[in-house]
Amino acid sequence: MVVARKKEPIWIARDFSRCSGCRRCEIACSFFHEGKIWPEASRIRVFMLLPGIEVPHFCVQCEDYPCVEACPVKALSISDETGAVLVNSESCTGCGNCIKACPGAVPHIHPEKRVILICDLCGGDPKCVKVCREGGWNALTIVMRRDDSYKLYARTPEDITRDLAAKLYGREARELI
Amino acid sequence: MKGYAGKLLEIDLSTGNIKETKVDEAILKDYIGGRGLATKILWDRLGANWDNIDPLGPENLLLFLTGPLTGFFPGGRICVSGKSPQNNGVIGSTVAGEFGIELKCAGYDGLIISGQAERPVYILIKDSEVEIKRADHIWGLDGKRTVATLTKECRKIMEENYPRKGLWKEPAILYIGPAGENLVRIAVVAAKWTHAAGYGGYGAVMGSKRLKAIAVKGTGPLPEVANIDEVMKLTEEVCKHAFENELWRRWGTGTGGYKFGAKTSSEPIRNWQEEWHDEKRYGVDKFENRFWVKSYWGDFGCPTTCLKISVIRDGKFKGAITDNPDYELQAYLGTNLGIFSPEANVYLSALIDDLGLCGIQTGNVMGFAAELFQRGILKAEDLDGIELNWGDVEAFANLAKKIAHKEGIGRILADGTYRAALEIGRRKGVNVLPYAVQVKGVGVGAHGIRSRLDYVDIYGYACSVQCGDHTSVAQMPLDHPGSELMTILLDSGVCCSFNTFELPKIDLLFDFYSAVTGVKLTRSQWIRGGGLKILHLQRAMLLLGGPDVKWKPDIDDDNPPRFYEPLVSGPCKGRIIEREDVRKEKKRYYEAVGWDERGIPKREVLTALGLDDVDKALEKIRKEND
Ligand code: SF4
Ligand code: SF4
Ligand code: SF4
Repeated sequence: MVVARKKEPIWIARDFSRCSGCRRCEIACSFFHEGKIWPEASRIRVFMLLPGIEVPHFCVQCEDYPCVEACPVKALSISDETGAVLVNSESCTGCGNCIKACPGAVPHIHPEKRVILICDLCGGDPKCVKVCREGGWNALTIVMRRDDSYKLYARTPEDITRDLAAKLYGREARELI
Repeated sequence: MKGYAGKLLEIDLSTGNIKETKVDEAILKDYIGGRGLATKILWDRLGANWDNIDPLGPENLLLFLTGPLTGFFPGGRICVSGKSPQNNGVIGSTVAGEFGIELKCAGYDGLIISGQAERPVYILIKDSEVEIKRADHIWGLDGKRTVATLTKECRKIMEENYPRKGLWKEPAILYIGPAGENLVRIAVVAAKWTHAAGYGGYGAVMGSKRLKAIAVKGTGPLPEVANIDEVMKLTEEVCKHAFENELWRRWGTGTGGYKFGAKTSSEPIRNWQEEWHDEKRYGVDKFENRFWVKSYWGDFGCPTTCLKISVIRDGKFKGAITDNPDYELQAYLGTNLGIFSPEANVYLSALIDDLGLCGIQTGNVMGFAAELFQRGILKAEDLDGIELNWGDVEAFANLAKKIAHKEGIGRILADGTYRAALEIGRRKGVNVLPYAVQVKGVGVGAHGIRSRLDYVDIYGYACSVQCGDHTSVAQMPLDHPGSELMTILLDSGVCCSFNTFELPKIDLLFDFYSAVTGVKLTRSQWIRGGGLKILHLQRAMLLLGGPDVKWKPDIDDDNPPRFYEPLVSGPCKGRIIEREDVRKEKKRYYEAVGWDERGIPKREVLTALGLDDVDKALEKIRKEND
């Protein structure tokens, strides 16, 4: 699917090995979107499948948006401004097809409403990046989105944890995952 | 009241009964949560028979309580409590991590665990769904494998139960290692491989209930607060301060291993025979450059992220993973054992995590044993053949394993320094208490008082209601940020003290509490009201003690004998604490908090605080101490 956009959009680069596990991004994201501190309703979720290996998990805006293609009721669309996946919560039935289509199984159902949660890039001003940068962790930073293979980053927390565990703890630690 | 989920979850492991209870607002106003509320619940339910309650019997309660600040004030914690098998009173022992947040998001302010399971179990809580599950397959596993196995297992269960939800994040898990299972009195309740509620010995209480772990996933939001904008504004102030101040951020407390020796002469060395060293090879730069794979690690909402992750990638200690180590463990699993090798220290810290032991108490009792070996009181044959020489990391590793599994000499040392000293003294016919660096059953934290350059108050440990706990020492004036009353607020609101250090606005914590709960609270109200109530109640229960130990304030409100020996080395050589000065300061402190000259809470003070039943219960203590 080729998408034309109005202005050059951003991408949130992620350096998992720098993530402190502070989960301030979950607080910021849920507060912005839900008006509450609500980790399970955050569009970014920090998985900790092994202590010390924290993986902020959220949409990468794949070049071909398989989730959007997979939605049977066309509840998902792509923002021309930011390239983010937008959810029409009126039409979303919470069927979960987009989760299956996503190579990283990123989307998740809202804990109270039957509606899918996907990062909307906060309309171009990501709150998660702001708090992560403020703290100097810089696990999340903003880069210009160019013609790169962003979809490579759409992976499950298990896969990412396996790689990071080998990198930080040594190959032996992978058996614990 | 705002900021609370509004109910507690009670689980009786003897019967399998599970129920929810509410706590009166009036009680919450005084006792807040965490340490304060734990003390109140224990008093109400066990107080009448306190001195007969065996901390390791099914009649004890094990409490996991959040407070209104949990999840809001930056730096998530939970408070673990019960009747302590160390000091036989109540200790509020907090541990960092997401457990408290998950619990509140599941709809509970805390857990009350009673009884004793027949077989090993763990508890899985997913919102209001609570299950007691078999734990035979994880009983005996070390900390790392326990967490790894349960993370996988619980995620699988949730994914099966809610297949269309998408991926499930891991639940938060509190657990015990082999030490807790074996009822070792210096065992911890642990989180996230490296975090521990250490003081109190609640790992043993959990083990006595045959409860290996609790896993919780809450999918709701944190409870509503009174003024969310104010909470967010104050949060920003705390964070900004943490970012600018950089205290604890850059090195955690890891600079201490060198600093508290070289600069302040207050670090335990070879069971406190010295407190000064100038071992630059033990500097934080060596830890950082050789072992840190992550320089900022923290828990829910924390701007400080004081933890650092150390990994040993090759050599004989290959595979050791732990945090920092922080100062306490650099000292107790390092210098106190005559070890000045960062690598050995990382290894021992990782080992202690895996075994589920308390690094402070274990380092304290192993240093004690090593001094007895140095003095020829304990011989290799008493120590299962171990030559317990200072600095011998393999020997200490061996001993730690024996303690966790209660093998040979480990059986005696597993009871902690005080009880081990009594037992060894009895067997050898020598008084070895002079070498036991502990206060009322609790080995003192790694901050000496002889130099007066670090912890300056010579009565701080002696008068603390949590005894050797270095995070909760007595201090005057009572409204000082370092006073025990203020620690009680942190442990009852339940948040991390590190994010409160050196805050420019000294009353920010009170403002924060008010913004969350909607109840106005000031410093002076606290130190005359709720804070003082909790202190008196903890004191009363400490004095009631029993059944196996009982404290006499006259004798036991004191420093370890070692602290009255002059410092023997370094720039503070010759500094000494006079018993007479301690006696005077103690009196001053008793007077300030409202204890009589024997150290017993005064009738009129208790009555004014509305604690008449406590006063009645103390009658027999007054008689015993006449
Ligand atoms: S804010 Fe940054 S460092 Fe903190 S959890 Fe999120 S990604 Fe990790
Ligand atoms: S990462 Fe997943 S949710 Fe995001 S665009 Fe790709 S398929 Fe869709
Ligand atoms: S960019 Fe916004 S919506 Fe996306 S994860 Fe970050 S805070 Fe959430």
